[in-house]
Amino acid sequence: MLLAAIVVLPVAGALGAWFDRDPGRRTVWLLGGALAHLSLVALAWRFGPGAPGFGWLAFDPLGGLVLTLVSVVFVAVACYAVGYLRREAPRGGHAFVSCMLAFLASASLVALTRHFGVLWVGMEATTLATAPLIYDPTDRRSLEAVWKYLMICSVGIALALLGTFFLATAQLAGSGGPTTLMLPDLIANAHGLHPAWLRAAFVFLLIGFGTKMGLAPMHTWLPDAHGEAPSPISALLSGALLNAAFLAVLRGFQVVHAAGLADFARPLLIGFGVLSLVVAAAFLLGQENYKRMLAYSSVEQMGLLAIGVGLSGVAAYGALLQMLGASLAKAMLFLAAGNILIGFGTKQTAEVTGLLKRLPVTGTLFVVGLFAITGSPPFAVFPGQVVMLTGAVHAGRLWIALVMVVLEATVFMAMGASMLGMVLGAANAAPRPSPEREDRWLIAPPLALMLLILLLGLYVPAGLHQALAAAAATLGGGAP
Amino acid sequence: MERTGEVLLLLVLMTDFAVLVTDRLSTCIRIMAAQGVLLGLLPFASGAAIGVHTVVLSLGTIAIKSIVLPRVLSWAIREAEVRRELEPSIGPIGMVVLGLVAVGVAFGVATRLPHAGATVLPGLVPVSLASLMMGFVVLTTRRKALSLVIGYLMLENGIYVFGLTLAGAIPLLVEMGVLLDVLVGVFIMGLVVFQIHRQLETQDSRRLTELRD
Repeated sequence: MLLAAIVVLPVAGALGAWFDRDPGRRTVWLLGGALAHLSLVALAWRFGPGAPGFGWLAFDPLGGLVLTLVSVVFVAVACYAVGYLRREAPRGGHAFVSCMLAFLASASLVALTRHFGVLWVGMEATTLATAPLIYDPTDRRSLEAVWKYLMICSVGIALALLGTFFLATAQLAGSGGPTTLMLPDLIANAHGLHPAWLRAAFVFLLIGFGTKMGLAPMHTWLPDAHGEAPSPISALLSGALLNAAFLAVLRGFQVVHAAGLADFARPLLIGFGVLSLVVAAAFLLGQENYKRMLAYSSVEQMGLLAIGVGLSGVAAYGALLQMLGASLAKAMLFLAAGNILIGFGTKQTAEVTGLLKRLPVTGTLFVVGLFAITGSPPFAVFPGQVVMLTGAVHAGRLWIALVMVVLEATVFMAMGASMLGMVLGAANAAPRPSPEREDRWLIAPPLALMLLILLLGLYVPAGLHQALAAAAATLGGGAP
Repeated sequence: MERTGEVLLLLVLMTDFAVLVTDRLSTCIRIMAAQGVLLGLLPFASGAAIGVHTVVLSLGTIAIKSIVLPRVLSWAIREAEVRRELEPSIGPIGMVVLGLVAVGVAFGVATRLPHAGATVLPGLVPVSLASLMMGFVVLTTRRKALSLVIGYLMLENGIYVFGLTLAGAIPLLVEMGVLLDVLVGVFIMGLVVFQIHRQLETQDSRRLTELRD
């Protein structure tokens, strides 16, 4: 029942906020839903794999990690939204809070389900729940962004549905095991699955959910949607949604790996990953819009994750650690970018100078975020990337390690050049009156995320290490 | 029963071709509504056992794909006053050729695929793949935002036809979830199509080119 509550509770919150006539009270629903969700998730970790679920819902380390990440990012975004909604009229108006909570419910469903059909339904539901949050009928650019987001992701996800049907056909055409589309059944009878159908299934699942995850060349909607969305929503999309899509790809990989076909899947993951790195690095050079810059950095992060899982071994562990660090850092950066947008009223990098003088806390967060996201010590992305590089070298894939290092250095220079330009320099004339002091609600959430990244970079708790190792083991990886 | 199924599948293919050669958007929507009815009838003729599952799925499909969605899309074009596809980049003959290529490839691929589930209608897999590819043809050659929604529906319908080969392996709740997702998705798309028109005065989705690097 606990697991069902994790999915149902945000739905109840969404309904409550929808029917509440007082707009001021809607943020109470949002905060309450977020905090209650986080406590339920913590409770689920206490129960571990034995967490009371039923049928389609179950708790495993891999899903648990993504679920926790989604929940933590959501709490930070919900707190930020309290301050944000005081300043900006929300997109989606009345439905803003309800759509956010509906997203939380659908992402939780994706993280907790072990039925591939339900996984698909949850994944498509995340697209539908977030589209109204980007949609602003009076703004042409937002219309274009939401149109691309809906069309490209819906077509992509439709292909993932075909992949899901292929997976059922692999069960039907193979020997042994009922046609249930349940992850445990698929893994237990993996060798009885029809190999040709299974391969086709993985290709379609990878392309379909990879579209949602932002892997190049299906990433074209991502910079538009993440760039045009209100900043807290960008943080939610980058920090939580992309990981849920990554989890969906990993579910497919778990089956393929159990069937002994990992050698077929790995080059595909590495290929999409390297292409994403190249595309992201190319578009980061000379990027003039700081929100789009952060969005391309997300494409790069997702590419790294795909490479890590494709390398397997300790690199899979590194990829999962990197997923935690990079998502928290990206959510923090988007929240800081939201403060910059409120303070300066522009998304153009060149028009923002003297950030440290104008908005000292946000400026500091932005600098720290730059070093954190590009994998500098002592932040949480760093150990993950080191483990991934070690994994690449150990696997004898020196060229991949080399490509990663060169492209990461390019990304660092590109992002460093534009972000330091924004932070330093004299404060120019304010194009828009800025608040005297930075709002606590807008500063505390990114600060908390930064502390979390710092702590995770300095010390990985034993419990987290075990969870990461157990999750990596289901992907053919191991702990370093 | 098998003969009925073959006829229904043939009709599905013909509706796909009809969309390819039609440039009047309201006609395209009517053709898709007709295809929705065909898809709703298919589960009864696919040779699988008929139960509550089949009836609910069939009714749900007809209600959503041939009544609700066409109404949403008709509302969007009526309010936005768009009638036909602007100067199609490929003429009707070219579209028919592309459609025939799609059908040829689909049947070629389907005969080579390892056979699954001998009890079901053999035509389901090739027709599914052909619908899917013709949906992609519409998605890549049409300009109007509403035509792209129709292309997406053709693609989705092709995948639905493939799902029929699994005959009950997918739980009803999941299938209704899929239908509901498509319903809400097309509903939001219809809303955006309407706004795109109001903003841009034309629904040409290629004019949406402000966001670039």
